[in-house]
Amino acid sequence: MTKQILIAGFGGQGVLFAGKLLAYEGLLDGKEVSWLPSYGPEMRGGTANCSVTVSDAPIGSPIVANPDILIAMNKPSLDKYLNETRTGGQIFYDSSLIEEKVERNDVEIYPIPATRIADDEGLKTLANIIMLGNMIAKNDFVTLDGAKKALTKVVSERHKDLLDFNAQALTLGFEYKN
Amino acid sequence: MAEKVLMKGNEALAEAAIMAGCRHYFGYPITPQTEVAAYMAKRMPKIGGVFLQAESEIAAINMVIGAASTGKRAMTSSSSPGIALKSEGLSYLAGCDLPALIVNVQRGGPGLGGIQPSQSDYFHATRGAGHGDFHMIVLAPSSVQEMASFVFKGFNLAEKYRMTTMILADGTMGQMMEPVSLEMGEIESYDKSWCACGGSGERPRNIVNSLFLKAEELEYFNIKRYEKYAEIEKNEAMYEEYMMEDAEICIAAFGIAARVSKNAIDEARKMGIKVGMIRPITLWPFPKAVFNAAADKVKAFVSVELSMGQLIEDVELATRCKKPVLLCNRSGGMIPTLEDVLNKIKEAGGIN
Amino acid sequence: MATVFKKPEALTDAVFHYCPGCTHGIVHRLVAEVLDELGVRGKAVAIASVGCSVFSYNYFNCDAIQAAHGRAPAVATGVKRACPESIVFTYQGDGDLAAIGTAETVHSAARGENITVIFINNAIYGMTGGQMAPTSLPGQITQTSPYGRDVNTVGFPVKVCEMLSQIDGATYLERVAVNNVKNVKAAKQAIKKAFQNQIDGKGFSLVEVLSTCPTNWGLTPEKALTWLEENMLPYYPLGVYKDKYAE
Repeated sequence: MTKQILIAGFGGQGVLFAGKLLAYEGLLDGKEVSWLPSYGPEMRGGTANCSVTVSDAPIGSPIVANPDILIAMNKPSLDKYLNETRTGGQIFYDSSLIEEKVERNDVEIYPIPATRIADDEGLKTLANIIMLGNMIAKNDFVTLDGAKKALTKVVSERHKDLLDFNAQALTLGFEYKN
Repeated sequence: MAEKVLMKGNEALAEAAIMAGCRHYFGYPITPQTEVAAYMAKRMPKIGGVFLQAESEIAAINMVIGAASTGKRAMTSSSSPGIALKSEGLSYLAGCDLPALIVNVQRGGPGLGGIQPSQSDYFHATRGAGHGDFHMIVLAPSSVQEMASFVFKGFNLAEKYRMTTMILADGTMGQMMEPVSLEMGEIESYDKSWCACGGSGERPRNIVNSLFLKAEELEYFNIKRYEKYAEIEKNEAMYEEYMMEDAEICIAAFGIAARVSKNAIDEARKMGIKVGMIRPITLWPFPKAVFNAAADKVKAFVSVELSMGQLIEDVELATRCKKPVLLCNRSGGMIPTLEDVLNKIKEAGGIN
Repeated sequence: MATVFKKPEALTDAVFHYCPGCTHGIVHRLVAEVLDELGVRGKAVAIASVGCSVFSYNYFNCDAIQAAHGRAPAVATGVKRACPESIVFTYQGDGDLAAIGTAETVHSAARGENITVIFINNAIYGMTGGQMAPTSLPGQITQTSPYGRDVNTVGFPVKVCEMLSQIDGATYLERVAVNNVKNVKAAKQAIKKAFQNQIDGKGFSLVEVLSTCPTNWGLTPEKALTWLEENMLPYYPLGVYKDKYAE
């Protein structure tokens, strides 16, 4: 099993953090993982993405050009990677920020209004984690419990009070029916 | 086995340096290696070490020269344009026979270039790191684990041979996260009786110097140094072979290019193409013997690199041009894709 | 027989390579006497620079490091940070300190590095044969200002003590001269204070020593002393430019 995941969105939407959480889940589960961010001068507002690979075998290139799973947090990211996603793959996108229908018949498509859910539930800035939770529900190489355990590794000591909110966001995404 | 943690290459490298006993880091911010400086700034004050942000890359490497002259483990890190500024210091480190660790997390050039990953400082590291006759030991990590363990190895080699070790990484190695074990092994200790730390009250005074106006004297020291280099070429060349047992095509690649190449080899093998890889780990000394031996067995080589064709020259030299060497490259911050490499493998095998 | 005069222990037996009448020899001796008197020769590290004093590591009888052009304060920083118990001093000329090494000078002062800088200002590049220095005077004829230093095209001399006195991190800055006995004595007091400051952990001290270069000035040693007095002293007034710990 090798899964290549690309998470993309605006800088500040937490795509790097979501990727790190996913990578840590794989690590705790005894799998090989890699995480590679785009980097550049845009700290906030520009486009950001990160490549995550989770595998049973040692990982070659950490670069994900053709993801098995795309998590698109905004329209430019979806436009950019829609046709790069592998046949038979999955596309998750934030339908509260992307109104257009996604046109591809050879992939599974999962719209989720993550930003709206986050706002409604008082979890502002956690749309990224909601989307990740939804992705976990549709895959078995990663588990909800595993991701919650991984949270304790990636949420810094300084922000321990945010652990519960992140766990709640994971569950909300996991339970969302789309 | 220590628990594996998920760390960025730059941070793993910095932590490994601390574990290797380095307490003197002098740096200057530049993308994509800034995490090294940031990590050191956070950690060094807590363990009684020195982190100093210098006024320039030039000042930083001269601070390394000062600290290294006292026999302490010292390092600096930068990225391509900053490393160019340090070139003067690299030459002085060599001329003074000082041990030090220098890290280059490469980005595209020339000039201010870009900030995306590159391997275009290969010539600089292996041939022209500064003026004069000298070499550095150059280690090329291709995983976060190696970013850490090569720091450890690098300091040991630097002290063993009293010379500079350079870690030649690239933006992806610095920025990516992978599980890493920080169990590093032994800090080797070597003679430090040569150091100039203000101890002439108890012993004859020591002078750290690279100036010899008598030509025959300067030549003598250069020849001595090259005798040492010959010893290093004999003993310290490192490489990794991948699927070379029955290979008819041999890829040469290091760093991120080797990672992409592994995937391409796996794909090619599925198609029945017998391809393997020799990954040089020391770029200097270049593992010439293994390439030369491979040249008697394979039909062709493919040099995969993030530069306009630099590694390829060492492959051609090592194999005495016995077999064709094809170039599969991207430049300026671009990375060859799996398909790029696969196509070149097919071309090398005459399969189209 | 009573000894009335002897070579300081902090000088080696090597014969100076300096030209006749050059005042580097005087300043070397002053530094050596101070190292002896303060009892710090055994823990001193001299940082030699590039210029006429490039060989100073042959003369100071202590550990020494030969630094690249302009980089002596950075090398000194590395030594002092790695071995705080050592006594570290740089010995630099005007080209080294005030041209190519300006950044290292300014920033080691700004950091308040606990080091001692001996700065020889003789208004010319000596080692390379008499070219214009950052401290060459307006109108001064040198090999690279053959019609006299034209301030309209090459700018004005850099007044190092005045410049550094604006820097909060600097502790002690004094300009002295070695053109007569009285001034030589005062120079020694300044150098001693600059080393004592380091021993006391007070931070960055720099002594600018106005010196002569008879060879490249094209003057006899005696006339060079007069030239210094008549031309350099008015442009570079002697005195203490900063003393953070003065009462």
